[in-house]
Amino acid sequence: MLPGPRSGARFLTAVLLTALSFAALLVVAPAAPARAAEDVTTTDATVPSGQGADAVELDTTLYMPSSATADDPAAAVLIAHGFGGSKESVAADARDLAGHGFVVLTWSARGFGRSTGQIGLDDPRYEVADVSTLIDLLAARDDVRLDGPGDPSVGLTGASYGGAVSLLAAGYDDRIDAIAPEITWNSLTSALFPENAGIVDADTVAAGPVSTDAGVFKRSWAGLFFGVGSVPTGDGLLGALTGGSAGDGTGVPDESALDPGAVTQALTCGRFRADVCAAYQSAAATGTLTPEVAAVLDRSSPAAVLDRISAPTLLVQGTQDSLFGLGEADANARGIAANGTPVQVVWYAGGHDTQASDRVTADLRDRVAGWFGTHLLGADPAPGTGGFSYPAPTGLVSGVGSVQDGGQTVTAAAYPGLAGGDPAQRTTVALGGMTQPVVTPAGGSPAALTTVPGLGAVTSALGGTTVEIPGQFAAFDSAALDVGTDAVGAATTTLAVSSPSGTATLFAKLYDVAPDGTMTLPAGLVAPLRLTALSTDPAAPTAVPVTLPGIVHRFEAGHRMRLLVSSTDQAFALPSTAAVYSVGLPVGETSIAVPQAPGTVAGSGGSARWWVLLAVLAAVGALGWLAAKLWGRRRDRRLSAVEPNGEDVPLRFEGVTKAYNDGFVAVRDLSFEVRRGQVLGLLGPNGAGKTTSLRMLMGLIRPTEGRISVFGHAARPGAPVLSRLGSFVEGTGLQPHLSGRDNLTLYWAATGRPLADAHLDEAMEVAGLGTAIDKRVRSYSQGMRQRVAIAQAMLGLPDLLVLDEPTNGLDPPQIHAMREVLRSYAQTGRTVIVSSHLLSEIEQTCSHVVVMAKGQKIAQGTVEEIIGAGGAVLVGLADEADTDRAAVLLAGLPGAGPVERTEEGLVVDLGPTGRAAALSALVAAGIGVDQLTPRRRLEDAFLSLVESS
Amino acid sequence: MSATERAEMAISAHDRTGAAAGYRPGRTLRLGVELRRQFKRRRTLGVFVAMVALPLILIAALKLGASAEAQANGRVNLVDVATASGLNFTLFVLFAATSFFLVVVFALFFGDTVASEAQWGSLRYALATPIPRLRLLRQKWYAALVLSVSALVTVTVVSVVAGGIAFGFGDVQTPVGLSIPQGSGLLRLAGIVGYLAVHLLVVGTLAIWLSTVTDAPLAAVGGAIFTMFVFAILDQVEQLGSLRDWFPTAGEFAWTDLLQTPVDSADLFRGVVQSLVYAALFTALAFRHFARRDVTS
Repeated sequence: MLPGPRSGARFLTAVLLTALSFAALLVVAPAAPARAAEDVTTTDATVPSGQGADAVELDTTLYMPSSATADDPAAAVLIAHGFGGSKESVAADARDLAGHGFVVLTWSARGFGRSTGQIGLDDPRYEVADVSTLIDLLAARDDVRLDGPGDPSVGLTGASYGGAVSLLAAGYDDRIDAIAPEITWNSLTSALFPENAGIVDADTVAAGPVSTDAGVFKRSWAGLFFGVGSVPTGDGLLGALTGGSAGDGTGVPDESALDPGAVTQALTCGRFRADVCAAYQSAAATGTLTPEVAAVLDRSSPAAVLDRISAPTLLVQGTQDSLFGLGEADANARGIAANGTPVQVVWYAGGHDTQASDRVTADLRDRVAGWFGTHLLGADPAPGTGGFSYPAPTGLVSGVGSVQDGGQTVTAAAYPGLAGGDPAQRTTVALGGMTQPVVTPAGGSPAALTTVPGLGAVTSALGGTTVEIPGQFAAFDSAALDVGTDAVGAATTTLAVSSPSGTATLFAKLYDVAPDGTMTLPAGLVAPLRLTALSTDPAAPTAVPVTLPGIVHRFEAGHRMRLLVSSTDQAFALPSTAAVYSVGLPVGETSIAVPQAPGTVAGSGGSARWWVLLAVLAAVGALGWLAAKLWGRRRDRRLSAVEPNGEDVPLRFEGVTKAYNDGFVAVRDLSFEVRRGQVLGLLGPNGAGKTTSLRMLMGLIRPTEGRISVFGHAARPGAPVLSRLGSFVEGTGLQPHLSGRDNLTLYWAATGRPLADAHLDEAMEVAGLGTAIDKRVRSYSQGMRQRVAIAQAMLGLPDLLVLDEPTNGLDPPQIHAMREVLRSYAQTGRTVIVSSHLLSEIEQTCSHVVVMAKGQKIAQGTVEEIIGAGGAVLVGLADEADTDRAAVLLAGLPGAGPVERTEEGLVVDLGPTGRAAALSALVAAGIGVDQLTPRRRLEDAFLSLVESS
Repeated sequence: MSATERAEMAISAHDRTGAAAGYRPGRTLRLGVELRRQFKRRRTLGVFVAMVALPLILIAALKLGASAEAQANGRVNLVDVATASGLNFTLFVLFAATSFFLVVVFALFFGDTVASEAQWGSLRYALATPIPRLRLLRQKWYAALVLSVSALVTVTVVSVVAGGIAFGFGDVQTPVGLSIPQGSGLLRLAGIVGYLAVHLLVVGTLAIWLSTVTDAPLAAVGGAIFTMFVFAILDQVEQLGSLRDWFPTAGEFAWTDLLQTPVDSADLFRGVVQSLVYAALFTALAFRHFARRDVTS
């Protein structure tokens, strides 16, 4: 392996590659769940459905991916919209699925959007039959894959209203091959008339009791639900809540025409069918579940058809949903799985109360697309999808300086309690509290405020605490928890209740109480209890088993669980007569069972990406190393190029020019050679380009043109040959906080060369500082610093020593000593270059000289040649009276130039006449000569050279 | 390859590239030498003294200021639980030091590298040694990283030990009552220090880039700090929206995610990748500029 200065290059390459790869990683990472970018074309069509009076025109849109052709038919997916929405509400979902290669058909359900007809609330005779019509439509297309004649390969998905129709259609039409109903109901009766008294004997985590004949009317939600459908313009709040967009601005429906009966119905029932409308009006007026109402609601409930569903089902339910809670999906899961049908359950952070974040929405879309990919196309499920996943429970609030809310998902192999899954685990937490009286006010007002439909828990919506009315509740607290306890699903407990009338309407809630007393109601969910046949004797209360709402929440260590039982809640229909109940905990059963679902936690993206990052880093490192190695080889070859007589010519400038960006030319076309053993003087006034030339030779500045070679090697930045160069250029470069000795030793250490090669003692001798060498450089005089710097340049006895103005700041004895040092140094066969603006300095130190001015070489030669070339002398006369005579005489000498009179004396260029001859001529003429000296000042020599050039 | 062969090749290399005997580019300015040079500077020692002093001063302040009114502050943050344990105190120190103190330390160690050598005039002698330019910058980069991370580790270790003595070696208590056992807490603390090191690399590499541009160390250090502060201020401007996620200062507190149970690494990952991108970009700019520039200092 050849040593070469490639390590730096390796680093640079690595760094550049890293930047690129990381940039790529950052761009790719957010888009990690790959979206197929297929071209999708859409076709709108109106499809007739139904018979006779129930015949309607359905407004549909077909999303056709470019990959689906008659030769290569694709599987199809139907997407149903939510209540109050239209086919436009699901356009984004449709495009996404079509992008995955499915033929997607969306439609506005009857009574919504541009479709005609009336809302039958997912009536099997109407809305569900419409689905079969649409499947017939798909079966007739040649670009849709068929499982059999008239039986296309088709999946069905939709949220809320669209989710229920998915389940119902799967029960009624067995051509459906897979469904993915989202945030929908199992029993509309249980959803609108919930009754949480009782504990279902099931192994699942969120099983809740089913309302049969009684329940507490969920007044606010029902009103909203119905209101949306009864508003003549169709689209409404629910569409927005369920992620749908605003509608297409349908005008007042046609049926509000002339018939006064129709007008009345339009104004009170809007687009609802008359029987649905009547059921609502009855329920809203009485707040009770009549058999007529139950009949309408049960007809619209998938609960009745679950045993017929054989299509693999992905149930998606939201944790922020006071309309259709986790219990609805739980009931659907149990019912469908009982047939042996594959069921997976996904809970996500969102629901009817809170719109899911964009990331969660995207994840859900991918999950649904994956489900259809698996069950329609036979693709392998995406890694990491289990039978059950839910948002990792947190009890945390976000904000700077506090811990932030996470976006993680817990995945388990199967939904607990379903076939193939372990039963749900439950942790028992002891509760304490006296039996307490609970007042229910006349008229049901004032009432506790826990949930605003569509906004979720009041705590999060309004930033305040839920409103509990004093005197209207009983509270039972656990001890402060030792460890954080997760609640994943519906907790169960038992109360002891008595009522003077034998009946009671109560609302049970599980609060999280922080150490500072702050109460949080997870997801704002409430379990309404409509109790009958209670004991009237407070001393012998009736034990009432209670299933609390399904939640995903972490009760942190140090927090308490508080079971709070209140008599009122503004979201529900309340009894109007005042009463006082007695609520307590049954003797010996003072605990709450909190369900848990163990699983593996995956953050969004999971830990895999850290490995990807590591792999990218490693790959970048390896690539960089390889590139640097190749680059280093090339550089080695280039550096090895050497001129044949390199050892004899330590330094050669060939046509070197340095022009700066601003146009200033510091050195112009400079060429000269230095031979071994020479002491070369670089002579020129300040600004002549001497220092620039030396910097170029050291590789600090790049020449614009030309070539500088040191011992035959090109002197580019960092060229190894520079290790044979010692330099002192413009300033000492010593570190002021170190001693002279430390400066020298650390400088040498930085070269990486063996200490023995440094000849430190000889260098110290040159510096001649004595004991001062161990003092800080800061305390040195200019001369001392200068000598240390020169000693530094001479460390390792370099073959070529370059000194810039070395005697500046030295006193005369030191200058003398320095000259001796340099001369003897050159005698060892080494080469010295000294730059100076003083001719005398050059004359006394150097053997050869290069004269520069304005960046150009003016003359070159031995010192004698240069000084001889300008033969000017200064003649100082003993008697000034002789001046005229002497001037005439000197001017008359053969070849002499004009005589100039100066204050010091006469200055004349003697030309070929020697100084001795001139002197004898003067003396012979009787003129007393005080002095006759060569004009050695640089200015004169320089000026004469400039004039002659 | 035997030692003899190696030696022979070294000699031939000398012949080929014209280097002096014993000179190997790969051995110039070894990390140990550069660190020795740096540790001879009072500035370096001063920073480490400050790193030791900061936790001690904060402990004193928390002990003195533990009055009732200090508790009345309703905002839940790490300050409230700073005295719960030594680890809590360490988290508080890191939280307090992240946005200013550590930024200054990283900017100082990285920004001072080339510019201070240029100011002393020693840069030209180092380059004429010759230490290949890119190698010089690389070694300086490494040394600055070692010093900066050592400073970060110092403040952490001193906080853990001194905080532990002052407030007890207990579990980590998060503001919401979540508790992390000590072993796991220490592991997470290591993760936090690692994240901070990567994140602060952005300001460090920005400083080293500026250091190659200017010959005044103050300009390089100050310029890097100033840039970070400008971004920190812009970060307060809500109107900039998600644009702020792309700031070099983005994710400076993402390490608090490591206190969650279970740890959510989404922001951390983004923070790490984004920091590495910025660091790589600034480093590349530094190397590009330093490789091409004329050294005239």
